[in-house]
Amino acid sequence: MATETENGAADAAHGAAESSAGMPQLEVSTFGNQIFWLVVAMVIIYFVLSKIALPRIAGVLSERQGTITNDLAAAEELKQKAVDAEEAYNKALADARAEANKIVADAKAEIQSDLDAAQAKADAEIAAKTAESEKAIAEIREGAVESATEVAKDTAKEIIAAMGFKADARTVTSAVNARIKG
Amino acid sequence: MATEANGEEGGLVFHPLDQFIVEPLFGNAGDPIHWYTITNVTLWMALAVLAIIALFVFGSRGRAIVPSRTQSIGEILYGFTYKMVEDVAGKDAIKFFPYIMSLFMFILFANFLGLIPMSFATTSHIAVTAVLAAAVFLTVTIVGFVKNGAGFLGLFWVKSAPLPLRPVLAIIELISYFVRPVSHSIRLGGNIMAGHAVIKVFAGFAAIAAISPFAVLSITAIYGLEVLVAGVQAYVFTILTCVYLKDALHPSH
Repeated sequence: MATETENGAADAAHGAAESSAGMPQLEVSTFGNQIFWLVVAMVIIYFVLSKIALPRIAGVLSERQGTITNDLAAAEELKQKAVDAEEAYNKALADARAEANKIVADAKAEIQSDLDAAQAKADAEIAAKTAESEKAIAEIREGAVESATEVAKDTAKEIIAAMGFKADARTVTSAVNARIKG
Repeated sequence: MATEANGEEGGLVFHPLDQFIVEPLFGNAGDPIHWYTITNVTLWMALAVLAIIALFVFGSRGRAIVPSRTQSIGEILYGFTYKMVEDVAGKDAIKFFPYIMSLFMFILFANFLGLIPMSFATTSHIAVTAVLAAAVFLTVTIVGFVKNGAGFLGLFWVKSAPLPLRPVLAIIELISYFVRPVSHSIRLGGNIMAGHAVIKVFAGFAAIAAISPFAVLSITAIYGLEVLVAGVQAYVFTILTCVYLKDALHPSH
């Protein structure tokens, strides 16, 4: 057939590379070429990967791992710091509260003692004044009794004199005293 | 090209494997391919290398504690692979981490770049996956013998089995050990190749007007599946490498 002839011609055009079996994979004359270029390619890939690419990637990966570990440690540390700070804050708060209570108690105690002292002083003053007043009253009372005795004596003398009797001073005095006492 | 010629004729003759042809980038399609010739393989492997450098070197150049988006993707891939090596192969396998990371990243980026329309999927070639698998096989075997000496052969001598069964099991274990690189390489190459070929087949169907909507929908669906396969196959290749490495470091069953 014409087609087959044409095919034959086309195959022939491929030269010795084409076998009658028609499978390019089994064309032994190309093996040397393929194997040579394969070896070249594999050697290049092996050296590029083992000398440059793989160590670089391994370095990046381990560096990243290190960074992550460090960051986690730092985060843990910061968290601990935050907890510590909160504790310190709470402690400071409690201290301040205790201090405030103490100050209040001190102030109260001081005021109380001042008050007590003032009261005691006032009591003492009042007592002194009372005593003084009592003394004055007693003096006044004494004075009054004396004056009354005097007045009574004088009056009794005058009355006796007015009645025309001559009064004995001693008798009058004793009589008045007896009356006052009675 | 042949596919285009056939497509214009409307015939159902597909060339779904043409996308896998290794061609020189400069010069004619028929030029002989020497080992040093700059081909589409060179171009797409170089793009994978550049993409990896862009992601891991330029993406992480800020060395930021809070990563940029690109740096973040690089770190996720780093952490994912590191954890996989640590969990599957053990803590003493960490010194192989750059090697496993290189494998994983190359396959992942080659798979995804291969999904770009008109691109070339380097991991669809058995020559590429076989070299990767053979490198893993050699590494694992050498590490096993260096670490454990003759004790590494204990991997094939199942102590928990009854004594008469052990030689039989040893043969089976030995065969399975040597089949490992084969399955390891064909699983990856086959998956990628099959997916791309299927997409191309449906693309051929799209030339027929009556079924082209179905074909386009199918391409979309299979493309989605292929995105998954690209990631999963890279992951499977890597995790099997880890499993083999664990066997080498701790050969006891």
